[in-house]
Amino acid sequence: MQTLIKGAHLLDPGNIDGKKGIFIKDHLIEAIVDPDDIETKTYIETRSDTKIIDAKGMIVVPGLIDIHVHLREPGQEYKETIKSGLLASARGGFTGVCSMPNTNPVNDNRQVTKFIINRSKELGLSKVYPTGAITRGSLGNTLAEIYDMQKAGIVAVTDDGKPIENANMMRRAMEYCKGLNIPVFVHAEELSLVDGGSMNEGPFATFWGIKGIPNAAESIMVARDIALCELTGASVHFCHVSTKESVEAIRQAKKRKINITCETAPHYFTLTDADVKDYDTNFKMNPPLRSEEDRLAIICGLSDGTIDLIASDHAPHSVVEKDVEFDMAAFGIIGLETSLPLSLKLFHDKFLTLEELINKMSKNPAKIIGINNDIKPGNLADLTIIDPDVAYEINPESFKSKSKNSPFSGMKVKGRVFLTMVNGKVVYLNGK
Amino acid sequence: MRFTKKDILDIESLEPNEISMILDTAYGMKEISERAVKKVPTLRGKTIVLFFQEPSTRTKLSFDTAAKRLSADSLSISKSSSSIVKGETLIDTAKNLEAMNPDVIVLRHPSSGAAHLIAKRVRASVINAGDGIHAHPSQALLDMMTVREKKGKIKGLKISIIGDIAHSRVARSDITGFSKMGAHVFICAPGTMIPMGIENLGCTISPNIETCIEGADIIMMLRIQKERQGNILFPTEREYAMLYGLNKARLNLAKKDVIVMHPGPMNRGVEISSEVADSEYSLILEQVTNGVALRMALFYLVAGGGRHADSD
Repeated sequence: MQTLIKGAHLLDPGNIDGKKGIFIKDHLIEAIVDPDDIETKTYIETRSDTKIIDAKGMIVVPGLIDIHVHLREPGQEYKETIKSGLLASARGGFTGVCSMPNTNPVNDNRQVTKFIINRSKELGLSKVYPTGAITRGSLGNTLAEIYDMQKAGIVAVTDDGKPIENANMMRRAMEYCKGLNIPVFVHAEELSLVDGGSMNEGPFATFWGIKGIPNAAESIMVARDIALCELTGASVHFCHVSTKESVEAIRQAKKRKINITCETAPHYFTLTDADVKDYDTNFKMNPPLRSEEDRLAIICGLSDGTIDLIASDHAPHSVVEKDVEFDMAAFGIIGLETSLPLSLKLFHDKFLTLEELINKMSKNPAKIIGINNDIKPGNLADLTIIDPDVAYEINPESFKSKSKNSPFSGMKVKGRVFLTMVNGKVVYLNGK
Repeated sequence: MRFTKKDILDIESLEPNEISMILDTAYGMKEISERAVKKVPTLRGKTIVLFFQEPSTRTKLSFDTAAKRLSADSLSISKSSSSIVKGETLIDTAKNLEAMNPDVIVLRHPSSGAAHLIAKRVRASVINAGDGIHAHPSQALLDMMTVREKKGKIKGLKISIIGDIAHSRVARSDITGFSKMGAHVFICAPGTMIPMGIENLGCTISPNIETCIEGADIIMMLRIQKERQGNILFPTEREYAMLYGLNKARLNLAKKDVIVMHPGPMNRGVEISSEVADSEYSLILEQVTNGVALRMALFYLVAGGGRHADSD
């Protein structure tokens, strides 16, 4: 079967930037042609059964990849399933996502890894690149069988959701992973400083009488793990960076050529602790929404390249965990279906070029987990088509995700996904 | 003027004229408690639920007494007697209570925002009797009542609040209330007990207790909660008393007609010396008496004449 995407602007940073037509045959990109060549049929034959996707005014980019997603299955299917999570991924424009291992049971062995991979292949939606736990049960005590999971298909390891408190444990994990050439995703949090807090420490926490979490709870661990990265030479990636101190520590470390990368999530450059109001638990996540100063530092970090990529930290929770007292509520918000429009704001506001944005949502995450998603003949046809200018209001009721815990309800945004294609198959098309 | 608020959740959400109205009503109520027959039929047929999920003696007794003096039927449930221990959520418990058609729910809860959470879900008026470290509006109102009664005004007074501001809902409500009514609020505590940005509520942080007390009209001492804090916030009670305890010598720095208050229960010899607690400057017991009147006023305003006047 052949598909032709025509009329669009093709943007594959560092590779292609211009009006092009793309022929897709079965799973693969067959040819990239100039618009004139489509009309004159000199380059490639358009057959009578060729499916034509008219993407006039749109931008075709390499499939977006979200490397920080909680799919919840196995174990917490009432919050999200692999299926609902991947439908949300497709709708959000993501052709691939990294699942976090804090399921029940924890993905700390090949059986769970295989289950996730098989289930996602069966569905034929967006792809899952699972991450496995660093330590057994993510308890921080003993290494999990990382090599065995790697053979089964994990692309990185992380104990996300919890820090590895013992510095020596983290050191050994980094050394071990270096040998396996697998990146370590770090959840940087010093629990003794969190001390039962549930929002950013500062005037707003004081106003609402909510125990605060200081910036240092994050940056102190970022600093520790930069030091351990320097010691071990492992590939270290910092998850959900939220503070100005962390950004600065990472900036300095990168200047010293230490092998680190990092991500932030759209909520950290969109909202602040001033937005936490009336004990609305949809504004409760970990790390928490920080101050305006931090928000601006995150945007600067994205602009100057300190922050390599944007990941949603999609964390579905049901009303059981969210419709309760603020301090009792679970941390986390969903993000797959809002990540692109919120990130596009950085482009519309001229903090990032479109090229930089696509690097942060597609190429850089792909690089970190070791996949090549360039748009070129012979590569798998994982593509996202973006309609960058359409304005609308975010409505969680329209989400494919099983959970609705989003703080962005009612927010006006610009830009949406027109189409998501995985292995040459359309998994999401404009509102369907 | 009519009182239009459904709930009393915190001081922040009350306008100065509403605070004045509550205080005026409370002075009227106080007279009832001084009669031989301490009961009026004002809230006959109304049901008030006292829903206390945290230990409390004086606040609960005060609300209960207030309800009875107005002839309301009060019933109380506590954490151990409620289905919360069986795993029921706060919202479910509140909805079940709601199904019994109470007029007022008085809630004390260890989580900040708990009263806000149920106020949105029930038709009954919700009075916050203390939520986490957030607010304790009835305590702040009775403190304002006591001060206005003794000083004839609140505006322009120097109020010194000393003690664990960070973990005190009373402190937050008092700072907000007194500054809203035009007083100058000064606070003093060890660095471990001053939360970030507290000045935004309307107070000045004093560098030491002497500066804080100097020229004060009102000194309000807060309870040191030994049971909550272990020894990470201050080394010993002895050292706390040396630095932040109110004794006779420090009291002399204040105005001659200073009054000393404490929301109770006191740790004698720690934040306040017995000499001061039992002195003629102390209004600690007066606060308790006013507490009943103030809570009668709150019940009356949310469930009685004011808000529901034309509903029956």
